[in-house]
Amino acid sequence: MASPSNTAGDSGTASYPTRWTRPPVFIQRAWLRWGLSLLALIWFVLAIGTLDVNWVRVAEGLERGWRFIKGFLTPDFVTRWPDISKGLVESLTMTLTSTVAGVLLSVPVGIGAARNVAPKAVYYVCRSIIAVSRSLQEIIIAILFVTMFGFGPFAGFLTLSFATIGFLAKLLAEDIEDIDEKQMEAIKATGASWLQLINYGVQPQVMPRLIGLSLYRLDINFRESAVIGIVGAGGIGATLNTAIDRYEFDSAGAILLIIIAIVMLAEYSSGYVRRWVQ
Amino acid sequence: MLSVSNVSKTYAAGDKALDDVSFTIPAGQVVGLIGPSGAGKSTLIRCVNRLVEPTSGTITLGDTPITGLSVSDLRSVRRRIGMIFQEYALVERLTVMENVLSGRLGYVSFWRSLLRRFPAVDVQKAYALLDRVGLMEHASKRADALSGGQRQRVGIARALEQDPELLLVDEPTASLDPKTSRQIMRLLIEICNERQLPAIINIHDVVLARQFTERLIGLQAGRIVFDGAPSELDETVLTRIYGEEDWTTLDKETEAA
Amino acid sequence: MTEQTWQYRTPRHRLVLWVSWLCFVALCVFCWQVMTQDTIWYFVTDAPRQAADLGSRMIPPRWSYLEKLWLPLWDTLNIATLGTLLGVLFAIPVAFLAASNTTPSRLFVRPIALFIIVASRSINSLIWALLLVSIIGPGLLAGIIAIGLRSIGFVAKLLYEAIEETDTIQIEAITATGASRAQILNYAIVPQILPAFCGISVFRWDINIRESTILGLVGAGGIGVQLQASLNTLAWPQVTMIFIVILATVVISEWVSAKVRHAII
Repeated sequence: MASPSNTAGDSGTASYPTRWTRPPVFIQRAWLRWGLSLLALIWFVLAIGTLDVNWVRVAEGLERGWRFIKGFLTPDFVTRWPDISKGLVESLTMTLTSTVAGVLLSVPVGIGAARNVAPKAVYYVCRSIIAVSRSLQEIIIAILFVTMFGFGPFAGFLTLSFATIGFLAKLLAEDIEDIDEKQMEAIKATGASWLQLINYGVQPQVMPRLIGLSLYRLDINFRESAVIGIVGAGGIGATLNTAIDRYEFDSAGAILLIIIAIVMLAEYSSGYVRRWVQ
Repeated sequence: MLSVSNVSKTYAAGDKALDDVSFTIPAGQVVGLIGPSGAGKSTLIRCVNRLVEPTSGTITLGDTPITGLSVSDLRSVRRRIGMIFQEYALVERLTVMENVLSGRLGYVSFWRSLLRRFPAVDVQKAYALLDRVGLMEHASKRADALSGGQRQRVGIARALEQDPELLLVDEPTASLDPKTSRQIMRLLIEICNERQLPAIINIHDVVLARQFTERLIGLQAGRIVFDGAPSELDETVLTRIYGEEDWTTLDKETEAA
Repeated sequence: MTEQTWQYRTPRHRLVLWVSWLCFVALCVFCWQVMTQDTIWYFVTDAPRQAADLGSRMIPPRWSYLEKLWLPLWDTLNIATLGTLLGVLFAIPVAFLAASNTTPSRLFVRPIALFIIVASRSINSLIWALLLVSIIGPGLLAGIIAIGLRSIGFVAKLLYEAIEETDTIQIEAITATGASRAQILNYAIVPQILPAFCGISVFRWDINIRESTILGLVGAGGIGVQLQASLNTLAWPQVTMIFIVILATVVISEWVSAKVRHAII
């Protein structure tokens, strides 16, 4: 073996070093490590310094905070039930229709944005649709759509459909770009048309994931539908906004609990459906 | 000295992995544990340091009864037993030195181990062991930067850093090529002889087992079916352990090795 | 021998599939009708004209407004970063309590930790902000706490999944040396999840930058406050300017986050 000098075991250890320091884990260069730490420290001090908190107001708020926690633990579903149920129906219908519309539209856009199946011109058009949809938040799109289409769930429906396109088409395009070229070539070799190619060579490979992603998007759309109501695009968000504005924390707690329950239900059942599909 | 008496293990699913296993290992003896996969070799080794809880039976190391110890007492007996694993089981994102020093975890306080400030003697011993297994210059490298044979040497150094009274070795060569396997086995045997260290080596390669150990225990479906010197391991015994097969080629291989 | 025709599915299976699809389509149509019963279609048909009108008002952006946006932008970045720090700080213990291999009790502690994660994840940061503004008053602090509360669930969920996927053999090896629970955490589990943890935190920071730009709509500080003010006064050229700044911030933070994650992993 490499070093027979020390076969006597522990007796000859005295000549070895007594200290060992671990080399730095992330940044090896010392000046860069210290420089970045110093910058982070300066930023932290400045950020805390410019925070400007009205502590008197915060202290006053603590009592309200306690009332919110109590309201959350003893929710009141009854008093505002007509408003809650109306908002909930709007949210749920908006979620389902916008997801379906979004999925239907994202399939052509997604195929168009996949480099290996779409012509160059179509590719660039579809990619820019995706880029626009992804870089604008739902709430900003909602503001614009509410201005154009008026208040109510229709603007919300359009917002969520548009956001779904950006989300799904991008992932779908990436999936199609990743698919097994050999299977596609095999289909091409049989003399299939472009549509047949998509149907036989692409669809079977991306379908299970598309279904999974659509279910995931359904979940996201529901959560978002609770938000865009704040700017007037319909749904449970508007009800929640009103409840909080009136400091009715027990009704607000009830709405939040309903949202949490529906999201949990959606997550649980989407796992079930995904297993069923595969 | 390790004594195992009447140990049985039934898993929660109802599978009986060990059935009334008894043997003793005197100081300085290296025992090979052979048997087909699923015979309970790995379970038996893990029962000794209670990584697996035995269902019944007693295990004693020296004067300490291992079975029936509380959690904190279990820690102090585990640190007396070094363990070497099949897939090396190094913490891959830690450095080689940290992996070796982790053998002292049962001895040092949490804060010392958190700050990597181990006592000077521990660090010296770690360096000496790395030198012994021929990895002195790799001390500050990350464990996943080493080759298979090198990693297994780090695994050996970690076990020895504990100053163990017993070595448990689980398939030390299963992930290595034949040449490295022999080097690792030779190193293990040398070290055990240097330190008069008893060891249980769980090994599926009968040729290696015969060549390197002084006593073999054969396990079949959780029961001991053979316990004796490697020279007693003939065709009938092999058939008893592994089942019907033409064992003559194996004998020739052993003679060649 | 019976003659066999090749069929993709059994007739019974096909029938079930068709009926399910039919029900699904019917459900969608029903939802559409419920949703649109209050819609005033005049507004919808009028939308193209409204859009053109809006476009003409929004363009060109008011570039001079930019100098008034630097301070709100700094606030926005601080909300996102401090909020991420706060969220991560709380997410770490929650993740360890929720992971089935590190939780102290699967029956009592784990369900509570999982509920915290689900509650935090279900509620958008804008809703948290709405609540907090109503409780502790408008300002940056409400925004930071809102971002923090939303981040807990996100970070903790991904982190506990990473903890559950750690290599058990490495943990077994450290356990076998006689290490205590805390030492096993420190030597066997933390090194394995550290890269994932950094990646998740940076990823969440990137999302938080995006979300903190709009928190001001409900009064929780940052550039959204300017957006709300401009919307209320129908100052559309300013709104366009704010959109441009938000877009640029989001693109830059996405780039930074991708670079950092690439460097870590």
